[in-house]
Amino acid sequence: MKKIEAIIQPSRLEHVKAALHEIGVEGMTVLEVRGHGRQKGHTEVYRGREYNVDLLPKLKLEMVLPDRLVDPTVDAILKSAKTGKIGDGKIFIYPLEEAIRIRNEERGEAAL
Amino acid sequence: MKRLIYIVIFVFGTGLFAARGIAQTAQPAGASVQSASSLQTATAAQSQKLEGEIANAQGAGDNAWMLVCAALVLMMTGPGLALFYGGLVRKKNVLATMMQSFSLMALVTVIWAVIGFSLCFGSGTSFIGGLSHLFLHGVGSAPDPTYAGTIPFETYMIYQLMFAIITPALICGAFAERMKFSAMVLFMVLWSFIVYDPMAHMVWGKGGFLNAALGGAFPTLDFAGGTVVHITSGVSALVCALYLGKRVGYPSEPMPPHSVVLSFIGACLLWVGWFGFNAGSALAANGLATSAFVATHFGAAAAAIGWGLAEWLRNGKPSVLGVISGAVAGLVAITPASGFVGPMSALIIGFVAGVFCYLMVSKVKARFGYDDSLDAFGVHGAGGTIGALLTGVFASSAINPIFKDGQGKALPVGLIDGNAGQIVNQLVGVLISWVLAIVGTLIILKIVDVLVGLRVREEHEIQGLDLALHGEEGYTFEA
Repeated sequence: MKKIEAIIQPSRLEHVKAALHEIGVEGMTVLEVRGHGRQKGHTEVYRGREYNVDLLPKLKLEMVLPDRLVDPTVDAILKSAKTGKIGDGKIFIYPLEEAIRIRNEERGEAAL
Repeated sequence: MKRLIYIVIFVFGTGLFAARGIAQTAQPAGASVQSASSLQTATAAQSQKLEGEIANAQGAGDNAWMLVCAALVLMMTGPGLALFYGGLVRKKNVLATMMQSFSLMALVTVIWAVIGFSLCFGSGTSFIGGLSHLFLHGVGSAPDPTYAGTIPFETYMIYQLMFAIITPALICGAFAERMKFSAMVLFMVLWSFIVYDPMAHMVWGKGGFLNAALGGAFPTLDFAGGTVVHITSGVSALVCALYLGKRVGYPSEPMPPHSVVLSFIGACLLWVGWFGFNAGSALAANGLATSAFVATHFGAAAAAIGWGLAEWLRNGKPSVLGVISGAVAGLVAITPASGFVGPMSALIIGFVAGVFCYLMVSKVKARFGYDDSLDAFGVHGAGGTIGALLTGVFASSAINPIFKDGQGKALPVGLIDGNAGQIVNQLVGVLISWVLAIVGTLIILKIVDVLVGLRVREEHEIQGLDLALHGEEGYTFEA
């Protein structure tokens, strides 16, 4: 089992969801987050006072997947989230120790 | 059957008509035997009755207009100003900021009813009214010809109250996000007595020192409150900002407005409400009200363009906050002039005020480093001052022949009209309102500081005033 975290542009969410659905990824958690990597922020001016806004709104998708789905998922996200500009986001992959379904206490891949 | 009904109606109608004709022709025959003097009395009585009816009709029209204006001016404070200021603060302080405006709607009303109105408009000295209208004594449906001869004096009272409400509410912009609620309440009660009431009496009260229409020593032109409302509040705001000091984290931490959308709605409500403020100051539904209405609108429009253009040139973008702030600055500046200047003068005054207030807010404030949180001074103090001075330049006897010679002939009013001396009068009015606002506000701040303390504790300021002072939050998404 692996955990995948993908930080994407908010505008790409529907494309990414559709692409993941196509390869059979059913569950995910989506978080509204703020942050930045190489992308520089922008400047806002209110009554002559300048504010640098460098933490930009992004979406973070979290999924826990059986190993066989990891590569197709990464491919699907790469294809569907890409706009080619700085700020498209990143994908992180973690090994995962255990997953437990709270309702019936199933464990491992059965819980996914 | 139908035809029968028509015939009956026709015969009956003709009969009635004929009977009336006979009665009418019979009247002169009867009158001819009356004496000539009683005929004269009858005509005099008839014309008196007619005059009375005309006066009633005018009174009804004027009163309807003035009641609507009073409601419009109240709308400027809540929700207008509450939204305008509420949007400009951080979201942890939105309710506390709105609460300041709203609580003044209640607070000032009560003190106005008890004594405030009397101190403004009761007969008194040149500087403050007396106690003749204490508890609204003598304020009823009969008009007071001194102030407004066609509307109930009570209408005049409630209309003036709305000005007394919004004026202190404007000051709240300077100490937003850091003043105790208890301190604000005490400050505002004292401020109404020490600054607003004397200033309103001096400019608008009979025999007031600066009254232009009712025998003042220095007739200052202030149609709707450039000195009384905007200079007093704006300058007091600056004193408050300096005395209280900066907000925690200012200016190193960013403190952008949490919702320019709220401010936008507020500014639009202010613009509309301002028609009641300025056009209503004609105190009648007459041509002068229309003239003031037009001047008000033109001033706001030109100022929005002025501020927006200045910003566009300096920053490369015209901002929404910029154009709405500009409109408010224009409305402030046109306030004293609205009933004295024509539409083209209003465009000039507005444009000048828009650019001037932009520079005050974006350059002068940054230069001196005071934390006037929401620019109450930069917009109301600066806009009110430039408006009061420009009123002396552009006021015209063609719009409002306020000065007359012994024979009742209209004299020139402003500088362009040929009365250069009016600039001096305007300067005196501006100076007195500045001095009164500075001295009065300093004394009040000192008193309130000693009695209850002015600022919230630092941890409360960081937590936000909504929770710390009112135990609420403006936005709860969990609910």
